[in-house]
Amino acid sequence: MPGASPVEPDVKAVNLAPKADLVEAERDNIAFFESLPVNDRSRVNFADVRGVQFLEPMFEFSGACAGCGETPYLKLLSQLFGDRLMIANATGCSSIYGGNLPVTPWTKNAEGRGPAWSNSLFEDNAEFGLGFRLAADKHLELALSLLQALALELGEERVNAILQAPQLLESELRAQRIRVGELKTRLLDLAGAGKTARHLLFVVDHLVRRSIWIVGGDGWAYDIGYGGLDHVLASGRNVNVLVLDTEVYSNTGGQASKATPLGAIAKFAAAGKRVPRKDLALQAIAYGNVYVAQVAMGANPQQTLEAFREAEAYEGPSLILAYSHCIAHGFDLRDGMDQQARAVKSGYWPLLRYDPVMRTVGQAPFRLDSPRPSIPFKDYAYRELRYRSLSLSRPAEAEELLREAQRLIEDKYRTYEDFATMETGPTSAEATTAGREP
Amino acid sequence: MNLTTNYMSLSLSNPIIASAGPATSSLDNIRRLEDCGAGAIVLPSMFEEQIRREQEHIDSLLENSSDTYGEALTYFPPLDTHDITTESYLALIEEAVAAVDIPVIASLNGVSDDGWINYAREIESAGASALELNIYLVPSNLAHEPREVEQHYVDIVRAVRSCVAIPLAVKVGPYFSAPGHMATAIADAGADALVLFNRFYQPDIDLSTLTVSSEIELSSPAEIRLALLWVGILSGRIDAYVAASTGVDSADEVVKYLLAGADVVMTTSALLRHGIEHMRTLCQDLEHWLDARDLISVDDIRGRMRHEAAEHADAADRGDYIRILQGYGT
Repeated sequence: MPGASPVEPDVKAVNLAPKADLVEAERDNIAFFESLPVNDRSRVNFADVRGVQFLEPMFEFSGACAGCGETPYLKLLSQLFGDRLMIANATGCSSIYGGNLPVTPWTKNAEGRGPAWSNSLFEDNAEFGLGFRLAADKHLELALSLLQALALELGEERVNAILQAPQLLESELRAQRIRVGELKTRLLDLAGAGKTARHLLFVVDHLVRRSIWIVGGDGWAYDIGYGGLDHVLASGRNVNVLVLDTEVYSNTGGQASKATPLGAIAKFAAAGKRVPRKDLALQAIAYGNVYVAQVAMGANPQQTLEAFREAEAYEGPSLILAYSHCIAHGFDLRDGMDQQARAVKSGYWPLLRYDPVMRTVGQAPFRLDSPRPSIPFKDYAYRELRYRSLSLSRPAEAEELLREAQRLIEDKYRTYEDFATMETGPTSAEATTAGREP
Repeated sequence: MNLTTNYMSLSLSNPIIASAGPATSSLDNIRRLEDCGAGAIVLPSMFEEQIRREQEHIDSLLENSSDTYGEALTYFPPLDTHDITTESYLALIEEAVAAVDIPVIASLNGVSDDGWINYAREIESAGASALELNIYLVPSNLAHEPREVEQHYVDIVRAVRSCVAIPLAVKVGPYFSAPGHMATAIADAGADALVLFNRFYQPDIDLSTLTVSSEIELSSPAEIRLALLWVGILSGRIDAYVAASTGVDSADEVVKYLLAGADVVMTTSALLRHGIEHMRTLCQDLEHWLDARDLISVDDIRGRMRHEAAEHADAADRGDYIRILQGYGT
C-alpha cells in the first residue's frame, strides 16, 4: 500500500504539523492510549517474536541517541522479565540513558512492579551484580526458613504449595505471585501476633524468583570490568550478563576497546585497529558451564528472543553478547537493523548459542544459528565510516586489513562449524558436571 | 585491417570507446574493456554536487552527535575528510592510467565556476589522458534568456580550457535553437571534441506508489537518428572531433555513425545490457563488416555518407521530408 494518500500525495501516514494546535487533542489521544488494557502476560506466547510484542515494556523514553542499537535489547529484557528484574548496570551509555537521575526510563506496571536498577562503578559491575544474586539468595533463604517456621499458622498446604511451586513458565510465576499475595494478606493478619510474621513480610516477595541481570557495554565487559566478569562467570552463580556490544567506548566518545574490530578506526586506533577483537564468547564457552549466546536482533530477532529466555532459565552463569549499532560506527542509524543483518550475512558476527543443558540431553551444546557467509565483509563494513575512512586516507593499508579481516572471518566460521559438529562442543566432557548453581 | 583512430590527438586502436557509466567505474572492468579491445574508456562523471553531498553526509555523521553529551564531544578520531570523494575519484584515474595502455578519459560534471576549474586541474594532475566535460544544464528557469544559457556553456569551456592542457571534449545535449552554431562556439572556446549527445534526466511517474521514478532507461538503436543527423551536419564542418554517443547496441550503429562522419563511437547502454564482453563483439563485428566489403581501413568509411545523413535537415529539402511522411501513410 502506498505511504501517501492516493488523492493528496503530500499527505502521508505520519505528517509533521505545528504542535500548538494539536496539543489538546493529542492529550486526549494519549489518555485513551494509556487506558487501553494491558495484555494478560500468562496468556501471551513468549516463544515467538510476534507474541512478545504484546508484552508491556518497562523501559521507555530513554535519552539514548536516536536509532541507538542498545535500547531495543533492554526493551526486550523489560518485556520478558520486567516485574522481577534486578539490573546491575555498568557505567557507560546504558547507565546514562538508563539512569539520568532524577528521571529514569525504567518504569513499572499497573501493579507497581518494575525493574530494580542500580549503577555502582565502571570496573566492578559484575561483582556488583553478583552481590544482587547473593543478597537475593540470602533473602530467599531467610524467607523459606521463616515460612517453614510459620507452617502451622499459615497452613501446611499453603506453605508446601509455595515451597514446591515451579517458577519457570510465566503462568507458573503468575500462580506463585497469587500465592505470595494471599500469603501477604494472611501475614498481615498474623503480624500483630508475632515477630516472625513481621520479618517474613519484609522478605516475602523473594519467594517469587528474581531475575538478576548484569548489563554493560564492551568497554566494561572486554576491558575495564573484564577481570570481575571472568570471576563472576567462574563462580557458577545464577546471574545473566548482557553485553551491549558497540565495539567501542561509546559514552566517552568512541575510544577503541578490545571489542573494536580489525581495520576499524576509533580513538586510540586512528590508523585502524591492527589486532582482531577479543572472542569473549569463546573465552566464556571455555568454562563449559556458562550459557553463552551471540545475538543481533536486526539479523534474527527470534534467535535473540530464544537466547534471552534460555539464558534466564539457565541455572548458572549466562553471557549474551548483543551486537549494537552506534553513532560511533558512522552511518545513518535509520538503517541500523539492516546493517546488523549485513554483519551476520558477512559472517563477521556469527549468531551462536552454547547451552550446557544440551549436553545433559545428549545434544551438541554449541549451535551455530547463522548460515555461511553470503556477502563479502567489505559489503557490510564499507557502509560505515569507521571502516571506509581508512580506505580513503590509507587505501593500501585498508585493503590489506580488509583482506586479513575477510580471512579471519572465514577461519572463524570454519572453526565454529567444527564446534557445532562436536558432541561435547569445544570444551571437555568433564566441564559438563562443573559449575551450575551451588 | 586498420581500425586505428585519432581522437583529439589520442591514438586509439579502434574507434569504439566505453563511455562514462557504471561499466567503467572499477579497475577490473577497465582492464577487461581493454582486453576486449576498447579504443579508450571514459570514466564515470565526477559530479561536483555529488562530491559536496558526500562531504556533507560525512560531516553530518562526524558532527551530528558532537556536543550532545557532556562526556563526549566527538565520536571519531580527527579525520581529514576534505574532498574525500575527490580523492577516491582521482585515485581511480591514477590506478586506471597505470593499469591499462589505452587512453583513460576523465569526465567532469561541475556546478560552480570554481568547481569546474579546480576539479579539472586535479584531474589533469592525476594523469588523465583527456577530459570530457559533461555539461548538464536543464534551463528550467523560465526567465533565462537563450543567450545566457549558451554563454554559460561557452564560459565553462573557456575557463577549463585556460587551466588544463590535456585534450578537452564537451558532451552536450541536443536542445539548442541552433545546435550547429552552439557546436561552433564550443569548439571556438577551446573544445577539441564534441560528444553527441548527453541524455538528460527525464522523470516518469510510478502510478502504484505515486512517486517520481528517476531511473534512466538504457538507450536503444531507435534513438540514434537525432545524433546521426547532427554527426552528419557537424563532422568536417567544425574545428573539433565528433564523437557519437547515443543508441549504440551493435556494430550496425557503430558503422552508421562512422559513415555519418563520427571520429569515434561511444557506448554504455550496450555494455550494461550485454556485459563488458560485448565490447569484443562490437570490435569484431565492425571488422567483419569492413572485411566483407573488402575495405581495409576504418577511414575508408568515415564520413562517406555525411551528406546523405544530413540531406533532409535543411529547409530547402523539406520537400523530401514531406515525401517521406506521405510515403509512411501509404
